[in-house]
Amino acid sequence: METINKYFFNDMGVMLGRSMRHITRSMDTIITVTIMPIMFMLLFVYVFGGAIQTGTDNYVNYLLPGILLMAISSGIAYTSYRLFMDMQRGIFERFHSMPIARSAPLWGHVLTSLVSNTISVIVIILVALLMGFRSSAGVVSWLAVAGILALFTLALTWIAVIAGLSATSVDGAGAFAYPLIFLPFISSAFVPTESMPPVVRAFAENQPVTSIVDAIRALLSEQPVGNDIWIALAWCIGIMIMAYIFAMRVYKKRV
Amino acid sequence: MLNNSIQVQGLQKSYKQLHVLNGVDLEVERGSIFALLGSNGAGKTTIVKILTTLLKQDGGTAAVNGFDVAAKPDDVRQSISLTGQFAAVDEILTGRENLIMIAGLRHLNDPGQVSDDLLNRFGLTDAADRRVSTYSGGMRRRLDIAMSLVGKPQLIFLDEPTSGLDPEGRIEVWKIVKELANNGTTVFLTTQYLEEAEQLADRIAILHEGKIIANGTLSDLKKLFPPAKVEYVEKQPTLEDIFLAIIGKKKES
Repeated sequence: METINKYFFNDMGVMLGRSMRHITRSMDTIITVTIMPIMFMLLFVYVFGGAIQTGTDNYVNYLLPGILLMAISSGIAYTSYRLFMDMQRGIFERFHSMPIARSAPLWGHVLTSLVSNTISVIVIILVALLMGFRSSAGVVSWLAVAGILALFTLALTWIAVIAGLSATSVDGAGAFAYPLIFLPFISSAFVPTESMPPVVRAFAENQPVTSIVDAIRALLSEQPVGNDIWIALAWCIGIMIMAYIFAMRVYKKRV
Repeated sequence: MLNNSIQVQGLQKSYKQLHVLNGVDLEVERGSIFALLGSNGAGKTTIVKILTTLLKQDGGTAAVNGFDVAAKPDDVRQSISLTGQFAAVDEILTGRENLIMIAGLRHLNDPGQVSDDLLNRFGLTDAADRRVSTYSGGMRRRLDIAMSLVGKPQLIFLDEPTSGLDPEGRIEVWKIVKELANNGTTVFLTTQYLEEAEQLADRIAILHEGKIIANGTLSDLKKLFPPAKVEYVEKQPTLEDIFLAIIGKKKES
């Protein structure tokens, strides 16, 4: 046991290196992940934006947090896809018959998800800058934003792990992401929730995306974040822990 | 006992209502080639998965290189290697990267050297820096086996190593297996091709309906049949002989 734990980070590093090669050799995954949110950003800013009353003069600033969450939601579908393919192809059996840390192959995928989503988030922020996104937020606020996005990515990644491990087909492995991608639409990401009918508004204001979007928006515009940041963190950490426990249970059953 | 790489007694495994293994007993001598014969669904892969710690048995005991598979799976994993039924190679990586990855996971000091040696030994040096997705089935299988040899395990499991290969590829794999055994590695292979067991194995066990119904050397098994009677049969070349002759390869035996 001892010798195996000693190598946990080494093994995880090898796994991370492996999936990072997968990503860099299929840049189309990054493009697919970023293109849809960018299209939505263009659509909302240049087509619908004029008709949406947000009470701010820079709609790109208003929109960006929701767009980033959307990108992460579609990015994690690839984690689930890659995991599913590994299970299918027998390479996991090879790993598991080797003297390596049991969970290293899984953690490799999780870290890869974090890295690849970071890349797509950066790409989208750069595009947003071209479209007029401006923020005077300082380093601490940016770090807080990065932290929230990282937690959100991890929470969704563990959900993706569950899907990837339990799916029976490639389509099934990615399909769970669709509802997550559309969750930002019924939140404060695109329009203020005040404009929605009562039932929808109640849902929008109490689902995770709204508090996360509001917290990031406040951080980037140097407004007081209030309770939003705590609610956002609670959602992210709560989902992450639940999904992690469940994913590990499925994983132990499968291997 | 000490001379046995694998010692299995009364192995049981069921999937829900389906009894796959009903008390399997077998022994594999160190340094030998052992072939487990059986039709599809006979439970060959289940035995391999239990012996390689991928699956837990319901009953009975199994020891690999002296370590109980259920109690000491980590020690078992240190001394074995599995080449599963489907080539367990990473298609997006190159052949070299695949080998280096496994060498890294085996915590070897010089992964680059290890991979160069194996690429050379398996005739993959020219293809080393191409992605595996461009490899032929035979090359993929060779890489797969090469990956299993990283770190020189004492015992290697080959689960249907030649299924899906063309005749040339099959002969290549046979050659590799024989070389392995000559170098002292114990080989446990499963197959549904009788000829393969006949060509390679020191001992052959036949698995049928969850039990080993015959176990011995080829000549032991032949004794189970009535003595051969002499008949005159015109020796027609098999299609395989013709195929190999046309493409200009001599079949090695």
